[in-house]
Amino acid sequence: MSLRIVVCVKYVPDATGDRRFADDNTTDRDSVDGLLSELDEYGVEQALKIAEASGDAEVTVLTVGPDDAKDALRKALSMGADKAVHVNDDDIHGTDVIGTSAILAKAIEKTGYDLVVCGMASTDGTMGIIPALLAERLGVPQVTLLSEVSVDGGTVKGRRDGDAATELLEASLPAVVSVTDQSGEARYPSFKGIMAAKKKPVESLDLDDLGIEADEVGLAGAWTAVDSATARPARTAGTIVKDEGEGGKQLAEFLASQKFI
Amino acid sequence: MGEVLVLVDHVDGAVRKPTLELLTLARRIGEPSAVLLGAGSAAADIAAKLGEYGAAKVYAADAAEFADYLVVPKVDALEQIAKAAGEPAAVLVTSSGEGKEIAARLALRLGSGVITDAVDLNAGDSGPVATQSAFAASFTTLSRVSRGVPVITVKPNATSPEASVAAGAVEGVEVVFGATATGTKVTSRTPRVSTGRPELTEAAIVVSGGRGVGAAEGFGVVEELADSLGAAVGASRAAVDAGWYPHSNQVGQTGKQVSPQLYIANGISGAIQHRAGMQTSKTIVAVNKDAEAPIFELADYGVVGDLFNVVPQLTAEVKARKG
Ligand SMILES: Cc1cc2nc3c(=O)[nH]c(=O)nc-3n(C[C@H](O)[C@H](O)[C@H](O)COP(=O)(O)OP(=O)(O)OC[C@H]3O[C@@H](n4cnc5c(N)ncnc54)[C@H](O)[C@@H]3O)c2cc1C
Ligand SMILES: Nc1ncnc2c1ncn2[C@@H]1O[C@H](COP(=O)(O)O)[C@@H](O)[C@H]1O
Repeated sequence: MSLRIVVCVKYVPDATGDRRFADDNTTDRDSVDGLLSELDEYGVEQALKIAEASGDAEVTVLTVGPDDAKDALRKALSMGADKAVHVNDDDIHGTDVIGTSAILAKAIEKTGYDLVVCGMASTDGTMGIIPALLAERLGVPQVTLLSEVSVDGGTVKGRRDGDAATELLEASLPAVVSVTDQSGEARYPSFKGIMAAKKKPVESLDLDDLGIEADEVGLAGAWTAVDSATARPARTAGTIVKDEGEGGKQLAEFLASQKFI
Repeated sequence: MGEVLVLVDHVDGAVRKPTLELLTLARRIGEPSAVLLGAGSAAADIAAKLGEYGAAKVYAADAAEFADYLVVPKVDALEQIAKAAGEPAAVLVTSSGEGKEIAARLALRLGSGVITDAVDLNAGDSGPVATQSAFAASFTTLSRVSRGVPVITVKPNATSPEASVAAGAVEGVEVVFGATATGTKVTSRTPRVSTGRPELTEAAIVVSGGRGVGAAEGFGVVEELADSLGAAVGASRAAVDAGWYPHSNQVGQTGKQVSPQLYIANGISGAIQHRAGMQTSKTIVAVNKDAEAPIFELADYGVVGDLFNVVPQLTAEVKARKG
């Protein structure tokens, strides 16, 4: 039977844009253009590599997000994924990480999977915990934060470069993995890939399809609350000097004045 | 006051500094109890240290599973201890890759909300209030857990560890592992070799190099400055991708997030992803030959010039002043 791979990808506000919070303290997804999270491109890349190595695999990309999140799916399809699932529902607005993981887990189960691949973190929320939450909810091993990953038969192996040590990990499928930006450059979509993506199936699901009640998710269903979001005051302009041969000494003078030396 | 569980981060038989910071923060919101897992023969020494920093109790459990399998055994232990403790006022964990994953799974099991990467923590009317930085530290948010036991991960350097002697009474715990505990086997572990320099996330001063350093050998001038100041060495992703410096030293969105008293950026342009890892530093200094480099927008003091002239001169001056 073919290897079923589901890649979770998030549509995020462009980090180089002027990202901000909306009045309800949720991420403002309107004022800045969105795109496929760069860190999820690494997930798509590794999923495609695993699929190519297996010779008999199907790669489904999955997103939970607003209408525009289709763009993220299209990009992943043009990189080479086979099909897409888009969970979209007005009631999802404001859902926190616990709720998002519930929606993703239901959608993954509905799609059917042997391997779930995630990025290391979303570039907007930057929590990096959805993969662990998915493993907990699905009751399968988590093999996460990998800089190297491979699947051989029913086993997934990977290298995790942790804080204090580098670990080699191993688990049986089905499993959830997440990959870091050290796992290898993501491919660019080819012209052929972009054309082919237009014909690939995108399935749309709402909360009803997944058997999730509206009050389990959204801002009201969140288990955390953001009470305030304040723009960080701009740093006061510093002193900039041009090195005319004494730059290092001037810098030392500054450090001494600040009691660093 | 309610009990606050603090998961102890330890390496080579010693407690790591961020745990002492957590104990210090925990005292603001309740009475800290430490949870010490897999410390082996070092448990007694570590427990004594935890007591010095305010741990009234130290729940200690030892089992091979903690080292042999990823994340889940520690979640099993914390879940069991948290449930036995009744309703703890909070659970605090260090914000590392592993710490965040442990916190997330624990929160789900406890039916609780989870907050990650807090940079400060204070008592509030409806539970602990976490301060977080968002969007590459361009926003500051105040958040709280609105359901269940607040499970919060806190970044290193959120506060300075303050001693406050408490009993540190060790209570042995026998953990009953669940079916998923042994799902992911750690087949080998290679500890990171110590450079003898301070830990990047814990250091008071960080000296970083970027693409402007030009080559692996170029990091020599960065390291010499770091050593003259007793600082840790950081690198931009461009320098890491070029193979000039190890990834474990990368500062930024996908590297370490540092918040030292002083950050010195050498030959780094200041891309948003780099800023995400250093923008909250107290004082920022930049050396860059391009006067238009965005890093200067952050700098308290900047020198426009060639780092190979400026940095060695600075190092010599630091050494001279320190005598
Ligand atoms: C998803 C994602 C995640 C990322 N994560 C990170 C991250 O964690 N950390 C990170 O750093 N980046 C990260 N990046 C990359 C980031 O966007 C930049 O590409 C990177 O930070 C640039 O590194 P740099 O400043 O060293 O190089 P450059 O941008 O090339 O800047 C080099 C600077 O050196 C100066 N210079 C050159 N020669 C000299 C000299 N002799 N003396 C003085 N100055 C000199 C130049 O004027 C220039 O300003 C990420 C990118 C993406 C898309
Ligand atoms: N809304 C979403 N839709 C699909 N995948 C997501 C979503 N949010 C997070 N993920 C996945 O979970 C990973 C970690 O996200 P986070 O925990 O939010 O930092 C991302 O890299 C994605 O692979």
